[in-house]
Amino acid sequence: MKISLSWLRDFIDIDGQYEPADLARKITNSIAEVEEIEIIGQEWDTTLITVAEVIAINEHPNADRLQIVTISTNHNESKEVICGDLSIFVGQRVAFAREGAHLVDGRTGEKTVLKARPIRGVESAGMLLSEKELGLSDYHETVLTLPFDASVGVALTEVYGDVIFDLYTWANRADLLGVLGIAREISALVGVSLHIPEVGHVESERAVGDFIDVTIEDSDLCPRYKAAIVEGIIIGSSPEWIKKRLRAHNVRPINNVVDITNYVMLETGQPLHAFDYDSIRGQHIFVRQAEQGEIITTIDGLERELSPDILTVCDKEGPIAIAGVMGSLSSQVNSSTKSILLESANFSPASIRRGSTLLKLRSEASTRFEKGIGPEMANFAQARALYLLETVCNSTAAKGTLDVYPGFVKPKAIILSAYRLEQVLGIKIDSVDVVRILNSLGFDVTIKKELEEFEVVPPYWRTDIEIADDLIEDVIRIYGYENLPTTKLSGTLPAPIVNNLTNLRDNSRVVISGLGFQEILTYTLTSKEDLAKVNDPKDKVRSDPLGVSNPIASQHTWLRTSLRSSLLRTFAANRKHQDQALRLFEIGVEYLPVVDDLPKEQPVLCAVLGGGRRERWMRPGSKNLDFFDAKGALETLLLSQGIKASFSSIISPPLKPGFSAKATAVATGETIAVIGQIEEKTADFFNIDEPIYLLEFWLSKAVDAVHIRPEYMPPPRYPDARHDFAIIVPEHIPSGEVINFVCAHRSGDVGCEAELFDEYRGEGLPAQMKSLGLAVKYRSQNRTLNEKDVLKCRKSLLNRLEKEFGALLRN
Amino acid sequence: MTKSTDLVTELKAEALADLVDSITSEQREAWRVRWLGRQDGRVTQLLRSISDQPVEQRGEFGKAANTLKLLLASELKLASDRDQGAFQSADLSIDVTLPGRPQDIGAFHPITQTLHDCIKVFEDMGFQVFEGPEVEWEHYNFDAVRIPKDHPARDMWDTIWVDSIIDGERSMLLRTHTSPNQIRVMETNDPPIRVLVPGKCYRQEATDATHEWMLTQIEGLAVDEGITMSDLKGALYDFARRLFGKDREIIFHHSFFPFVEPGIEMAIDCFICSGSGGNCRTCHGAGWIEILGAGMVHPEIIENAGFDSSKFTGFAFGVGIERVAMLRWGIDDIRHFYQNDLRFLGQFSSIK
Repeated sequence: MKISLSWLRDFIDIDGQYEPADLARKITNSIAEVEEIEIIGQEWDTTLITVAEVIAINEHPNADRLQIVTISTNHNESKEVICGDLSIFVGQRVAFAREGAHLVDGRTGEKTVLKARPIRGVESAGMLLSEKELGLSDYHETVLTLPFDASVGVALTEVYGDVIFDLYTWANRADLLGVLGIAREISALVGVSLHIPEVGHVESERAVGDFIDVTIEDSDLCPRYKAAIVEGIIIGSSPEWIKKRLRAHNVRPINNVVDITNYVMLETGQPLHAFDYDSIRGQHIFVRQAEQGEIITTIDGLERELSPDILTVCDKEGPIAIAGVMGSLSSQVNSSTKSILLESANFSPASIRRGSTLLKLRSEASTRFEKGIGPEMANFAQARALYLLETVCNSTAAKGTLDVYPGFVKPKAIILSAYRLEQVLGIKIDSVDVVRILNSLGFDVTIKKELEEFEVVPPYWRTDIEIADDLIEDVIRIYGYENLPTTKLSGTLPAPIVNNLTNLRDNSRVVISGLGFQEILTYTLTSKEDLAKVNDPKDKVRSDPLGVSNPIASQHTWLRTSLRSSLLRTFAANRKHQDQALRLFEIGVEYLPVVDDLPKEQPVLCAVLGGGRRERWMRPGSKNLDFFDAKGALETLLLSQGIKASFSSIISPPLKPGFSAKATAVATGETIAVIGQIEEKTADFFNIDEPIYLLEFWLSKAVDAVHIRPEYMPPPRYPDARHDFAIIVPEHIPSGEVINFVCAHRSGDVGCEAELFDEYRGEGLPAQMKSLGLAVKYRSQNRTLNEKDVLKCRKSLLNRLEKEFGALLRN
Repeated sequence: MTKSTDLVTELKAEALADLVDSITSEQREAWRVRWLGRQDGRVTQLLRSISDQPVEQRGEFGKAANTLKLLLASELKLASDRDQGAFQSADLSIDVTLPGRPQDIGAFHPITQTLHDCIKVFEDMGFQVFEGPEVEWEHYNFDAVRIPKDHPARDMWDTIWVDSIIDGERSMLLRTHTSPNQIRVMETNDPPIRVLVPGKCYRQEATDATHEWMLTQIEGLAVDEGITMSDLKGALYDFARRLFGKDREIIFHHSFFPFVEPGIEMAIDCFICSGSGGNCRTCHGAGWIEILGAGMVHPEIIENAGFDSSKFTGFAFGVGIERVAMLRWGIDDIRHFYQNDLRFLGQFSSIK
């Protein structure tokens, strides 16, 4: 909402008290957010651009389309200027610029400095300015006409300068969409009185009821319809002061009647509509829901099809307006209009919003109605419009108004207690201040129970006030939030929320980034094509993602069921300017559809890695990251969280068969992670032409396997005996199983712990066999082991390895 | 051991400690004079004192003192040799400016870092993290937080809708804010409540330098007996100072969110120009920077959760993490965050 400072000054006396920026800050703090301050006339030189009066007009000797205009520039000076506006007339007040004035060039629109020079052989002392030349608008057909009461010789800024505040107001405050509403708030805020604009008009003998009848079909949709009739109208252009204010508020002047309805709407916040009375068929207004398929051509010239969700104003034949949104072309005030029906109505906010949303048609009127206008506002706005019509158009109103008001509700009193005020704010506010603030905002306040309670009746324009806390807000925002102290929360601490999953997620993030992985965050909506490339087609849930109906862009239509494609795309994008190893990870959720419910949001850590390992001497590509880097990272991650897992080979596209594995938590038997190389064709789809590896860790599946409190064992009291040896096993035996087997081996009180130190295949071994080098530690809790003990344990271990795997000791 | 040899042992410990502290050649010479000097060296004096010892201990004492003298002399030589070797032998020296052996370290995304920093501030005030779904029912996102259908307040949040409707009436959407979790938290927890709900939110908005359709928020909610708006101001004041500098000032100004009453927005004085405005690029000359929206939980929401609103009050706030991150690092374009260019992300790799 744009608010003109000069208009505000009609209602409140704040001259010279505040700089525009200071006033804007006060408005923002307590009323509504000032998003922009526009200063009209900031660039007009006060001595070079002044008000002048046209006193004579003569033909230009050398040009038909130019005239020599004599102007009075003050009491004792006149000047001759050349002017191309042939509509100019004697007595007109105009904006006159002298040499050196800063202007906008009327043709090019660029900033320029005025130079006095002869035009077609005749000297010109300066220039009469158009709106465009003053930087007000693009209008350049005629010179700007100033009000007749503008004093000749004064700076243009004095009569035409202004400050426009662009305000962001609230969805529940229709009253702030009027200059008067803002003025009222400022008057309360800075403590000046509010002048209500003038009303009052002369009525003719004939009553409104002789002209028109009004029927409201559903009082829920239209609580009030108030009609007035104005006769003897001569349609014409509005006076300059009205047009200037409309323009300042971005409303295009149309004609005097329409302009007055708009003017009053901007002033009071109550939308009005003027119908051409003679075009109303049957002299009867019906406010009703549209019938399915009814057609109306609105004043913007568009034909619109209606439905019962849209409220209409109709005559005997059909719709003449979309109620509270826009009138029809056929009933609009036009150049031959003699009489009008002035509508000042109240419509249900939800109904107006539904209708305008359905029609995709929003107007100044609908944005006000949908916020909830008090039905009582219809009175003042109508009176104000009738006053202006009489003053400006010299017209006559019929006697009385036709007021159909089925939705009248007596204003309800709200009890505000001093106790509640302090309970919510944390401070006491003196009852004198409470009463003063509420009164200044228009509330009726009655003090009860020795200042402990206030009985408050909201003014008719405050439909947003429902409960005591609404009043508390009004009190504190005017009292000033700066008077609120900063205190510390006190009271009982809540019981701890223990969330192992959050802990696992946060810890995993720390560990994996410590391992050299960079965290990324990517869009959670993706394309179905991308998802199809990275999900196992056998996985029905992941292959059928949820979509959104109004995506930002087509590549962001589906809720991702996997993070893989996002990681691969980010990898490829970064590869363009990074030639060494890339390790990326993201922690997010997979949105897994659930029938008839919200999707399951399954938390996952997904990482990709590939490229030349960073070497000390900065030679890229000397050693590439591979499967075992992915596995090592996962193992460290699991180790750091106390999760024991076993690895086994899997076949699961798009992971490359033979180069992919899953990790199964020993504690729960759940698959908690996968690692593997991405198949070349999938990598290729994402424009990745190098081996790339995936690590995916499902946090919610792993959380139950986390060792929150590890089982304590005292450190061994006796030293380990270490013995390394190699065994030969068939190639297909997974080394992991061998190691697990060895670690589980016990011989009497001797236990084993083993690590692999070598894997060898090839020359010197029997066909299809491999050699595994094992570093085995033997340990007893009871004694120091001697050579004999170790050999005995090793012998039994080798026997069992032979039985289990066909393993032989390698010599 | 006898008393006089104890003295030798003590001297030995003292002399060796003294040697460790003697680093330069001048200090070492002073050490030599102090301990082994011919005139007043303490070991020299010790040797002279043999005759003062009881006769039966003289043999043992003399032996110990002599051993100490030899030991100290050899330690002095060793210390000097070590230095000479390190500084003078080219064979043993290294070029300490060569690159170290790379130890990889990754980093958190700047949004994660900022999120954690914000959470930390409120955790220190006793708030705990709670999480809610990103794909949300229309009911929780709007109706339950007092934003009914056909109300213009819905314009404050442009919504991305999920394209399926359950039972012909229940609609799912991508939550436009974290505020539905005020309801979810109160459904499962009784006061005292102090929770933070971090997470992604979505808006049906065209992207530009200051708008993203995916964003990150933290919702804060405190409900208990005795919680006041002054407490809200205190909590947010602490937050502002810990994130943007200890001399920050804050102001509240009037705002409207259907789920709070009163509703405010908080601004901080600009930490770049310290509120002086002018041509400051960070606050655009305003001197103040809007940081977050907040207010006192609407009594109807407290009642709907099953608590007595005449007894329990609460405050709620919502912080946009992207905005905080942009401000603290002076990032000019919000779109950098989700483009994930490592040349951008890599700038935030230092651990704070």
